Amino acid sequence: MENIKKLILNTVSDAVIEDKQKLTVTVEPNKLHLLAKTLRNNADLPFDFLVKLIGTDCGEKLGVTYLLSSSSDLSKEVVLKTGTADRENPLLYSVTDLYETAHFNEREVFALLGIRFINNPDMRKFFLNSDWVGYPLRKDYDANPELNPVSLVSKEMIDVAPRIMETKEGLKEELVNVFEEDDYVINIGPQHPSTHGVMHFRTALDGEIVKKIDVHSGYIHRGIEKLSESLTYPQILHFTDRLDYLSANINRHALCMCVEKAAEIEVPERAQYIRTIMDELNRIDSHLLAWACQTNDLGATTAFIYGMREREIILHIFEKTCGGRLIINQNVIGGVMFDIYDEFQKDVKSFIPYMREKLVEYDKFFSHNVIALGRMINIGNLTKEDAISYAVTGPAGRGSGWSCDIRKHQPYALYDKVDFKEIIRHENDSYARYMNRLDEIEESLKIIEQLIDNIPAGEICAKTKAIIKLPEGEYFQRVEACRGEFGVYIESRGDKTPYRIKFRSPSMALVSAMPLICKGEKISDFIGIGGSMDYVIPDIDR
Amino acid sequence: MILNYSQPLEISNLSAWLDTTLRSNLSEFWTLLIEFVLVGVLLLAAYAVIALVLIYVERKITAFFQARFGPNRVGQYGLLQSLADMIKILLKEIIHINKVDKFLFYAAPFFMVGASMMTFGAIAFGKGLQAVDFNIGVLYVTAVSSLGIIGVLLAGWSSNNKYSMIGAMRSGAQFVSYELSAGFALMTIVVLSGTMQFSEMIHKQEYCWNIFNGHISSIIAFFIYLISGHAETNRGPFDLPEAESELTAGYHTEYSGLQFGFFYLAEYLNMFIIASIATAVFLGGWMPIQIKGWEAFNQIMNYIPSYVWFFSKTGVLIFFSLWVRWSFPRLRIDQLLNLEWKYLLPINLVNLLVMVILVLTGLTLTDLFPSWF
Repeated sequence: MENIKKLILNTVSDAVIEDKQKLTVTVEPNKLHLLAKTLRNNADLPFDFLVKLIGTDCGEKLGVTYLLSSSSDLSKEVVLKTGTADRENPLLYSVTDLYETAHFNEREVFALLGIRFINNPDMRKFFLNSDWVGYPLRKDYDANPELNPVSLVSKEMIDVAPRIMETKEGLKEELVNVFEEDDYVINIGPQHPSTHGVMHFRTALDGEIVKKIDVHSGYIHRGIEKLSESLTYPQILHFTDRLDYLSANINRHALCMCVEKAAEIEVPERAQYIRTIMDELNRIDSHLLAWACQTNDLGATTAFIYGMREREIILHIFEKTCGGRLIINQNVIGGVMFDIYDEFQKDVKSFIPYMREKLVEYDKFFSHNVIALGRMINIGNLTKEDAISYAVTGPAGRGSGWSCDIRKHQPYALYDKVDFKEIIRHENDSYARYMNRLDEIEESLKIIEQLIDNIPAGEICAKTKAIIKLPEGEYFQRVEACRGEFGVYIESRGDKTPYRIKFRSPSMALVSAMPLICKGEKISDFIGIGGSMDYVIPDIDR
Repeated sequence: MILNYSQPLEISNLSAWLDTTLRSNLSEFWTLLIEFVLVGVLLLAAYAVIALVLIYVERKITAFFQARFGPNRVGQYGLLQSLADMIKILLKEIIHINKVDKFLFYAAPFFMVGASMMTFGAIAFGKGLQAVDFNIGVLYVTAVSSLGIIGVLLAGWSSNNKYSMIGAMRSGAQFVSYELSAGFALMTIVVLSGTMQFSEMIHKQEYCWNIFNGHISSIIAFFIYLISGHAETNRGPFDLPEAESELTAGYHTEYSGLQFGFFYLAEYLNMFIIASIATAVFLGGWMPIQIKGWEAFNQIMNYIPSYVWFFSKTGVLIFFSLWVRWSFPRLRIDQLLNLEWKYLLPINLVNLLVMVILVLTGLTLTDLFPSWF
């Protein structure tokens, strides 16, 4: 990392480098793009993976924080920070040309903080309507409901995007049309059986072929990050479950770890075991549902029910452990809330061979079906370069040949003690993503097998103070959720509530890649590809 | 020869008795009028009842495939479920959609139901249980059943909905393509049996079903007919026109209440019609299993009434259709058209030629082993 520091100082001499939890570099707004470009194109260790893009209202300044990582080694990280003091018309330079994933993230920052990005090709607000008054994540935001009344009339969709481009004559504001004049545009969503939630794809069709997709999101945006700013850490835990509800336990684990690290709480060994086993059960549960939904998207209803049948057993184990089925409220800061029940080991151990048997059945029933193969092989190709640029992680990223499993690169909980394989395929298509999920179920079973008999006795939760205050600082935690990398960022100013909290949503990256990989495919394959990407909407609309 | 055996359970006994009684008491005109009305009412009733039974059977069989129970609340084993559903759909409000082409929108379901009902009349349910027995029965069925597509196209066009429109266009492409294959497969058998009349065709299959008689060629034609017939009924894996995961419900997205019920009814009946035509043409229709020379065996088989034979053969084919539907994922439109134009149609054309050669050179089973078949 010393080389990186040198490289940074060589590029931007007045950069402020601090060694916090991560290497943090603060630069002037006009230098940021140059620095990001240098880091991205660094031959030895390219920082080509934009993990998080966080907008913050720092008081007098409006700041943006970038967490960069290297695609070849996810444990190497750099944090870039910049900001602007102009609160009336804040302008920063976009990094969309370097990292495609920045596109949606910058639009989100614009909607929530009002920072506009120069050279971003489409600067509409993400999540919020264009006529929303105020910027919610600013500290001086007026939440008076009269300012933004609930609209009872339907609004026309306006497919015109404003943007600011840098030209030789200076900055130029312009409007561009999203679609061409005579495009046949259909709305897939917000109410549609196959968008897996309240998602809205405006899709231009040429006959059956998808010409262009415009993503509208935010129909169920709840402002969880804003809400969290006025709640204590144990209270925020409940929100994490409601992001990606299918990996609820893993999300919660991430926030718990982030707070535990910051507050220096030691988690008992027994709790670590329970957490890891529950995470893996959660992963199997989620992958089963993903498998089931994908087969349903391809029109095989029976396979869908098979997936649900096996999932039910896991849900039953969850229910017996802590009463919850989907959202299990198991993790708390310092450990877990409920100990495992007496028959837990027996139930899990009988589930493992059963699941293996069923995996063979899935393989026979669907994985080699000639129609299924025709609907998946060579469909929805996402190259490794694009996967990295769009920050597509999880089974989808690994289907493009990118080793991006956080459990391997930055082991947490007990993942450094267990032996499992990171499933990587290089076919880049829907089928690779599909097979990855089935194989990951097998790997999760292996992990559980190694842990289930060795759960040590002892405490399940560390003693914590009644009110948890984090010391001033910025804390990051990255975990491997079911759909890819989930991340938590907490900026604390020493209070019992966070100053700014940000969740990295793996699904947002998956959706941002949809317009790219669906272009030129048939409309029915668009649905099939959506199934293979397996995004969960509440995860996007935080 | 069959008439020599006693067949106490045949409905034709009843109808013959009714006919003679009427004729002895009334003039020719009134006899015919009463019989026409009776036949019409019975057909309509059968149409509804068969659909209800099929819906129940499909739901139970699907449940069996999918590790579920299926309907089990209304009546014993849920037997009254489809009846309850029917009453519900009759009572449901028909939602009037703004900005649709009213006339076409409301006419569309009748095309669907009308087409399948007209085909229904030509089906031989049992010995003497056939409303119309044209001498060009096969041609009539092919012609009339393709009228249904007009309903689908009209529904999609008049709904003023982009999803419906795409569904209807897909349906058009699919129907036109597969109609061709189904027609050619039937023609192959017409060549074999030398007639287009259903009753005659069935009688000729007394000792040897057409599917065995033309061996290779017949079996190929049978499978092609099943595939393309399945495609014609718009059921999975060929259910692209209403592909619910991409087009919500395709061409009938905007329909509600009884209007939707008509589409639903026609879909189930089409499945039955395709299976029953396949039964008549390939599997000897209502004809019991008969083996030359085994008089005792033949007589026992004949005790089982002809309509039982017909419905069980049809039932087996419907079961196959359900099996396929609930096992396979959906095809994509280009795969669907490829399957038809690149594979089924060329195979079919060659197959037709092979059949002509088989018949002309006397290589069918009845020609080769006249003493057995």
